[in-house]
Amino acid sequence: MVDAPVNLPNYRYVSRKRRTKEDRRFVSGRGKYVADVDVPGMKHLAVLASPHPRANIIRIDTSAAEALPGVHYVLTGDELAGATNSLFHGLDLPNIKWYPLAVGMTRYAGEWVAAVVADSRYIAEDAAELIDVEYESLPAAVDSEKMIDEDQPLVHPDHGSNVLFRKTWQWGPVDEDFAAMSNTITYRARWGRSSTVPIETFGVVAKWDDINEILDVWASIQMPQYQDQIAAALHLPMNNVRVHNDVDVGGSYGVKRGIKHTVLVSYLTMKLGFPVRFIEDRLDNMSGGDAHGPDRIFDMTMAFDDDGVIKSMKVRALDDVGAYPGRAPLQLGKPITALCGPYRVNSIEYEAISVTSNKTGQVPVRGFGQSPTNFAIETGIDRVAKFLGIDRIEIRARNLVRKDEFPWKIPPGSRYDSGDFHLVLKKALQASNWDDLIARRNALRAAGRLAGVGVATCLEPGGGNNIFEYLFNPKLQITTFVESILIKVEPTGAITAVMCTTTSGQGHETLVSTIAGEELERDPDTIRVLHGDSLEALPTRSPVASRMAIILGTATSNAARDIKAKMITIAAFDLGVEKDQIEYADGEFSVRGEPSRKLDWTEICHIAHKQFHRMPPGHELGLQSYAVQQVPGGGDLPDENNEVSLYPCFSFQAHVPLVEIDPSTGKVKVHDYFIAHDCGTAINPDIVRGMIIGGVAHGIGAALYEKFEYDADGQLLAGTFVDYLLPSAHEIPPVTDIEHCTPSPMTSLGQKGSGEGGYLGAPAAIASAVNDALAPLDIEINELPIRARDIEAAIYEKTKAN
Amino acid sequence: MKQVEITLNVNGRDRKVAVLPRMTLVDCLRDILRLTGTHVGCEHGICGACSVFLDGEPIRSCLMFAVQAEGHRVTTVEGLLKDDGSLSDLQDSFWECHALQCGYCTPGMLVASQALLDEIPDPTEDDIREAISGNLCRCTGYQQIVEAVQMTAKRRREGAAHG
Repeated sequence: MVDAPVNLPNYRYVSRKRRTKEDRRFVSGRGKYVADVDVPGMKHLAVLASPHPRANIIRIDTSAAEALPGVHYVLTGDELAGATNSLFHGLDLPNIKWYPLAVGMTRYAGEWVAAVVADSRYIAEDAAELIDVEYESLPAAVDSEKMIDEDQPLVHPDHGSNVLFRKTWQWGPVDEDFAAMSNTITYRARWGRSSTVPIETFGVVAKWDDINEILDVWASIQMPQYQDQIAAALHLPMNNVRVHNDVDVGGSYGVKRGIKHTVLVSYLTMKLGFPVRFIEDRLDNMSGGDAHGPDRIFDMTMAFDDDGVIKSMKVRALDDVGAYPGRAPLQLGKPITALCGPYRVNSIEYEAISVTSNKTGQVPVRGFGQSPTNFAIETGIDRVAKFLGIDRIEIRARNLVRKDEFPWKIPPGSRYDSGDFHLVLKKALQASNWDDLIARRNALRAAGRLAGVGVATCLEPGGGNNIFEYLFNPKLQITTFVESILIKVEPTGAITAVMCTTTSGQGHETLVSTIAGEELERDPDTIRVLHGDSLEALPTRSPVASRMAIILGTATSNAARDIKAKMITIAAFDLGVEKDQIEYADGEFSVRGEPSRKLDWTEICHIAHKQFHRMPPGHELGLQSYAVQQVPGGGDLPDENNEVSLYPCFSFQAHVPLVEIDPSTGKVKVHDYFIAHDCGTAINPDIVRGMIIGGVAHGIGAALYEKFEYDADGQLLAGTFVDYLLPSAHEIPPVTDIEHCTPSPMTSLGQKGSGEGGYLGAPAAIASAVNDALAPLDIEINELPIRARDIEAAIYEKTKAN
Repeated sequence: MKQVEITLNVNGRDRKVAVLPRMTLVDCLRDILRLTGTHVGCEHGICGACSVFLDGEPIRSCLMFAVQAEGHRVTTVEGLLKDDGSLSDLQDSFWECHALQCGYCTPGMLVASQALLDEIPDPTEDDIREAISGNLCRCTGYQQIVEAVQMTAKRRREGAAHG
């Protein structure tokens, strides 16, 4: 359901129901995923993983594996570490080395110890089993809370501590605000180690061409600075690395980083002289790949008055990033962007603690830490309501930023660009038939069931400039996260756009063709969109941070508008009038007031490419333009108070689910789910709706089912889809999505981000609903996932106590 | 290990292939016959990405050896296209409803949905959710898939009414 405001421009293609450009090849079975890439002469890699969470590697005997027919090479960590540079960390951690294969010590169960290259994956796996490794098993560091103050085995002895980062910031008068408030509540909210778990595992094929000195890489990738990091690890100039961005990526939602896999196969292709491919199997992926997400303990305090107006917050977030930090600790940084949610909070204290442990390394996950933070905030809003006996909706209404207050600056410095939070919340309540929903809940309760309604109002920051990195590592003075587009118009008038990165389901070809078509008044179906490889392409920072509609979309508008301006210049010259006399509509450039004096689209293209004698003197030949787009709103480093304006655009979502719990088993059924959502101008409504509903499903998984569980010794207990539970069509209810549009003033057509979608609020909303259901029993569970067994155990404990 | 020569009928054509006895059907389809529309997701029978038809029944091609398919009819997503190469009504409805994002689970979803419609031409929403509940999708939350199957059934009803 799209609820468009009356004052939006009357777009031809934007915001219209239109089929996507990409889906046709996917429904035909004609996508080109990495496992479909067939490079002649390609050999296959399998890894041997450590069974120990923490162990010294005493000896590795590869002779039996090497002797197996069909095996070409067996690689171990010492050789690889000797030939490559340590992989990149976001924090400044000079004493934590990270290589694709373990060196001297294994630091999590599942860490790769050796790699085999063979004629087939089958033979490579056989050979991996023949590698004989002698380990000295050691006690592991597992409990993240103990990493700070207690003696624990050191994951990285050279670093000297299991704490990677710890810092406290205060923005605004926190102490005064706390002193002025009559009430405070303190609570803990815990986010379990879950992730995005795409159905396609990570895969990569690399081929070294020693004559041309080019490393070709095809990968299932979604990662900023991928080619930079490949080149750095392998001591190669960046222009010797060619990443093929036209590989379709079978889902990612943040996690498909793959740098260690890529360095591994790249080293081997350079050494062995033939292409090498590594496609993870599911266990490789879940135990040793880029699979795990944030694992966080929030200790929160809110200070508020008797009316429930929240003045100040203290947030302490402890995040367990596992054995190798990579970029993961920075996921504590992004939430600074919207650290108080959509609420009018006057001051905030934030303590961010990142610890390492003997678990699989954490990687970026959809929202880059924002969804756990939103869950922690929303838990508090519900608790303030409960504390004061005020309705949860009313508490939100009293604290939400009002529509006449934008742009609204929050204490850490972000400026919320636009929105109408109260109206969007109202639309969610209307869609849910709120009074009726409460009546249904009460009827279920009257029938002896446990039932609850949830509420969550959350933000999705979009378009990150990534300056939060500086707060965590002053060496990272990154103040832009560019995205680029090249658009060219052929002599015949056909339009081709070259984008510069991969796509993992977000529909970028549709995004670019729709916006270019809108700007140029040409049918988007006729516009071809390519994914340029990394050597051909303009600068990119990849499709992360809910940024492509914002940055790539604005780039596309700007390049297209430039092309239109050039065409007007050519038309004016040829028709002998000033530029401002030319009107453009429907592919025709005519003289204002004299519609018969005109040139059509293809004539101008023909002139630009082939008729120098009709071109304005000095004008560029051909018809092309490119845009390398800065993040809207600029990019300054934090000021002396650590205040910094981070993401430019803020989408808003209000969630209302109804759940029922079977009191005997603790099983939760989500009956209905209503969401009202505002991401400004939706470029393609079906794509936005899909990402919202898909994000809700992902959030239901994080709230109720999904966890990379470890035992006390550090063994991963969820390495398959039998143990790591993904919601099916049974668990996900019909979702009613109401789209509202407050155009962003920051972007070309008012668009904001939507890729992180419903995931940024659904976990909070489901937790709210479950706790509403458990409230009659005086039970509250603030640890995700809330599994059936957790509820059943809590009910049992409560009953026993009574 | 010795290769075995088998013949199976894939998308209407008899195909003779030499495979190791331990090769899974999905690897045979993808790596030997180069029918890469069928995808590998979990290789332990949960995700459904590798679903194909075996003699008209949807099965998981990761849980079956190629040699077990000897003499059987296999239909993959490529075989769902019409003879002229155009999209089937189900494929077209998936496109129309945007019943996918990354497309990786889509071939399996199409197989599960087609199997349902073969059995129940006019399924309820519950029927559809039940039919696709053995296929995991991480992008869509399933709703637009349900809508695509409903649209296909509706189009068939209307087509039958007009035809």
